[in-house]
Amino acid sequence: MDTHIQVKNLNVYYGKQQALKNVNIEIPKKQITVIMGPSGCGKTTLLKSFNRFLELTDGTQITGEVLVDGQNIYDREVDVTEVRKTVGLLAQRPSPLPMSIYDNVVYGMHIHKMKKDRKEYKAAVRHYLEIAGLWDEVGKRLHDPATGLSIGQQQRLCLARGLAVEPEIILGDEPTSALDPISSQNIEARLLDLKQQYTTVIVTHTLRQAKRLADHVIYMYMGEVIEAGPAKEVFTNPKHERTRQYLEGLF
Amino acid sequence: MSQSEPILTLENTEGRTTRPSVAPRIRQDQRAQRIFFVITLLPVFLIVVVTIALLVRAWPILQAFPLTDLLFGTVWKPSEKMFGFGPFILGTLWVTVVGVGVAVPPCLLAAIYLAEYAHASTRSFTKPVLDLLAAIPPVVYGVWGLLAIVPFVEDVLAPLAKRWLGGVPFLAVNQPTGFSILAGGIVLAVMIAPLVISVVYEIFLTVPNDLRHASLAVGSTQWQTIRNVVLPQVTPGIVAAVVLGASRAFGETIAVLIVVGNVPQVPTSIFDSAYPLPALIANNYGDMMSIPLYDSALMGAALVLLVVILIFNILSTLVLQRMLRRKWA
Repeated sequence: MDTHIQVKNLNVYYGKQQALKNVNIEIPKKQITVIMGPSGCGKTTLLKSFNRFLELTDGTQITGEVLVDGQNIYDREVDVTEVRKTVGLLAQRPSPLPMSIYDNVVYGMHIHKMKKDRKEYKAAVRHYLEIAGLWDEVGKRLHDPATGLSIGQQQRLCLARGLAVEPEIILGDEPTSALDPISSQNIEARLLDLKQQYTTVIVTHTLRQAKRLADHVIYMYMGEVIEAGPAKEVFTNPKHERTRQYLEGLF
Repeated sequence: MSQSEPILTLENTEGRTTRPSVAPRIRQDQRAQRIFFVITLLPVFLIVVVTIALLVRAWPILQAFPLTDLLFGTVWKPSEKMFGFGPFILGTLWVTVVGVGVAVPPCLLAAIYLAEYAHASTRSFTKPVLDLLAAIPPVVYGVWGLLAIVPFVEDVLAPLAKRWLGGVPFLAVNQPTGFSILAGGIVLAVMIAPLVISVVYEIFLTVPNDLRHASLAVGSTQWQTIRNVVLPQVTPGIVAAVVLGASRAFGETIAVLIVVGNVPQVPTSIFDSAYPLPALIANNYGDMMSIPLYDSALMGAALVLLVVILIFNILSTLVLQRMLRRKWA
């Protein structure tokens, strides 16, 4: 297994409350890893430690290391904007920026000055909207406000916006929980399409979604990683009693 | 109140064909509601009454001269029947514009810092102190202006401007003292700062964090996020906050009249003295009332002041209310 993200002795505190307890895990490259567990177990905290989003909350303390391609992203000299460019995030609720569809996709590319001229930007916008499966629906109204899209379309737009800055890792924080079943399916299909090219980490609280998507599973409970491993093994033959109970739906 | 009447019960409504009469305590409740309503409306009546009273008292002067002569006339010689408000209106405008101009840039940066960058502990310390600044009596600001700002303008700023900014319009030094529009503006800037900062701060809080996170998630810096995502959302609110600050500055009386020199002239430079409208009214009402139309002229000045401030306030309040009520999906 080729490791992309390695977490070493990670502890996270929100004020006095400990949200992650001594987490040590490895996330494989170009596969879908699903983090699951009951609500409040630290899934989202673990996910947001990968793009340094935890520090956006006042009073968060972090110890330990998160290595992306062997580089600890919490090192002093690391540029946080580079980390977030490499590690994209698809949020729980779609959050289109209050601008046009085109401007949403082009936003990150402009920030990082990734293309030379308008023509290149236009081509890139089309490219990423196609990848996100949205081009056919919005190609003719790129300059309409993004907030006019349906919520499912908005989430795919956010996916396109995230992919446009050429990340290597996609994080998804329950990316379908706000969506209707058809839109959810659509997003899941995109994620499966993309896993050849990106390392994907998804937080979910629905077991069925975990089973549909996961190559690799992390099961968490009360801020600790209880079990982690290939999806086949964990789902068919969990090593821990707690994981078994969760999979059987006992809590 | 007597409790002799029975309270409505199931038994005494049985078999009735008409609606039972409302129980006394409910009637009392309704009566109390109406009284509270009237009391709440009193301030609105007050504004209307004050406006009408000013209009009535100003009527003689409004009849004696065309409105344009009053507003744009530049000579104020009541004893010779010349009542041009021009110098006073212009004086007010100059002081207000300078005050707002001095106040807005630092206030904006302070509000951005507080809303976007400051740690919660910094915020919880700084905000109350800022609010406290708003509680200092204007006359204290005036004395501070007299003792600190007027000499500062006279000894430091005016000589500097004279030396380096000779030909620049609005910056010529035409008089020897520091009693000037600039001194008034600086004092006003400090006075309106707490208001402007706290309104702009509130407006920034209406922008949901999801938007900031969406921008940060693609690797933009905090400033890029503020510049590209947050500021476009809050611009109308910032304008409204500035207008609100301007209306406060427009009506400020005592602090300004202490430092501004009170010379009824049409100003040409921020180093000139001026005579704002509120100062005119405060300094003169009660004196020289034997001059015909003098009383009415001062009431006219008050009316102009009131109308301008009402318009500023209503406009900014409308915008701010809309923004603060804004809900995000």
